[in-house]
Amino acid sequence: MFRFLLGRLAQSALVLGLAVSVVFALLRAAPGDPLSGSTLDATTAPATRELLRRQYALNRPLLEQYAHFVGSALRGELGMSLSRGRPVAQVLRDVVPNTVLLMGTGLFLGILGGIALGAWQGSRDTRSSATSARVARMSERIGLAIIATPEYIVATAMLTLFAATWRLFPIGGMVSLGVHDSLGPVARAGDVLWHLTLPALTLALIVGAGVARYQRTEMRLVLARPFIRTARAKGVPEARVLVHHALRNALGPVITLCGLLLPSLVGGAVFVEAIFAWPGMGRTMVEAVTGRDYPLAIGAVIVSSVLVALGGLLADVAAAVADPRLARGRR
Amino acid sequence: MIATPAATLRGTGVPRVATGVLAVALFVALCGGLLSPHDPNAFSGIVGMQNMPPSWAHPFGTDGLSRDVLSRVIVGARISLGVGALSVCIAVLLGTAWGAVAGSTDSWLDDLLMRVVDAMLVIPRVLLLLVLASAGPMSPWKLAVALGLTAWPPMSRVVRAQVRAIRQRDWVLAARALGASRTRLLVRHILPGVMPHIAVAATLSFASVIPLEAGLSFLGLGVRPPTASWGNIMRDGADRMLDTWWMLLFPALAIIATVAAFNAVGERWRAAVDPQQVVR
Repeated sequence: MFRFLLGRLAQSALVLGLAVSVVFALLRAAPGDPLSGSTLDATTAPATRELLRRQYALNRPLLEQYAHFVGSALRGELGMSLSRGRPVAQVLRDVVPNTVLLMGTGLFLGILGGIALGAWQGSRDTRSSATSARVARMSERIGLAIIATPEYIVATAMLTLFAATWRLFPIGGMVSLGVHDSLGPVARAGDVLWHLTLPALTLALIVGAGVARYQRTEMRLVLARPFIRTARAKGVPEARVLVHHALRNALGPVITLCGLLLPSLVGGAVFVEAIFAWPGMGRTMVEAVTGRDYPLAIGAVIVSSVLVALGGLLADVAAAVADPRLARGRR
Repeated sequence: MIATPAATLRGTGVPRVATGVLAVALFVALCGGLLSPHDPNAFSGIVGMQNMPPSWAHPFGTDGLSRDVLSRVIVGARISLGVGALSVCIAVLLGTAWGAVAGSTDSWLDDLLMRVVDAMLVIPRVLLLLVLASAGPMSPWKLAVALGLTAWPPMSRVVRAQVRAIRQRDWVLAARALGASRTRLLVRHILPGVMPHIAVAATLSFASVIPLEAGLSFLGLGVRPPTASWGNIMRDGADRMLDTWWMLLFPALAIIATVAAFNAVGERWRAAVDPQQVVR
């Protein structure tokens, strides 16, 4: 297990280093200078332009720029935000916890719900009642529809229905402006939770639909295996067969999948944060891009890549805990 | 004998509804302006025609500039599907080349190429696209290139795995014994067998590119107005979504139907090509 962990850590570090290089390469391959699209315009004095070029080391040879870029990224020096006049690292430190809260809640609810739903759908067979089989089929179709629906449409629909029409939840933000600071600690947490509900549910719905789809497939595969028939023949109660024998064996691949879902989920969180005005990294990223705040945008990409790599590492460790064979070399 | 992709995929019973949706989408995208009842960019010029709910004259209503939303959705199909098609082509070319090279060598090159793919997959795609968008305004062409440049890594993985599998087969060994060059082996004997898998990956990639393009346009960072795309029509309606629900609903339905259809076809083909990977 220790060796596995060490190897996996080294692999993550390597992949992250490469990811920083890829970002650099893509930026340089894209047309235009990082500064050409930034806050500068035609009226900027050539001297100012030159000063900025030197500050961002754009007048240096490409290889030196690359070393500079990777070096400062590794040291966590992400430069100054052009639009906010503060170091990028500071700006991100303020918003990353909010994103982690939102995505963590969404992931947790989505994975738990998806596993439960998928396991139930996968366990419906010829012996279950006609009604429950029909409900299962119906829920599978709804799930497929959700999978085909982009995050921003789910988010907009949730916002329109639950916040704007029925006024059950706030239409955006993380706290009630003006009121929040005068509340007690418990009421404050409640306030954040109230604001968190809709965006987190949006993410949970999308994650859950995807997880359930894989979980029910795995469940069906496992239920067709001989040891399940053996367990049933021995007279093990059906609930125990499903949970202890089938679900436990069907869980491993799904946990790995949750790690693979992360990058697209971080992308989805960008839309969800933008729509619900959640003060997280995704919204900061969109603001940075519309405000042509290049250093902030790059910083957000690098930090989110780190988060994704960490999440993937976590998922692999969790899968190895669930199925120790994974940690012992070849799968 | 390797079956050609068409032969492998023919008769797999692609869902009829999905085929119908895709046929309609393709037809609308090709005909574009010929089908639209009004000029998609014309202001009707009549005072009070802004933000009209659906009616017989304007089945999808009008937007804040009194333009006909149905016409804009029809014309937007060409941009949305066209950008998608171009970016999938780029992704197929890049992904196949990358995966084929990695799959046909056992040297360090394979390791290096696949680690780069891992690195690409760690960077959330939406964020990467946003950074590319921050360099300046994007034309639909540039947008398609940017989408294609970020879509190839999953495809290269599929291609590499298949090239590796087919490389072991007897006919490849026979061709090698006859003195076929590496390139010839790859192009004539290995890649034809990979084609069905590429078709599946391309179809599923289409299903992921369309919502991405629409999403970027929805955020105002993709296709620029007045050019209509499904995403920026929704953006026009997002400010007052309760009053102008038709500007959100109809483009959203177009996106969902197209994506679901591509997914359905892709999954059905995958079941035919790779029965062990079926997910229901």
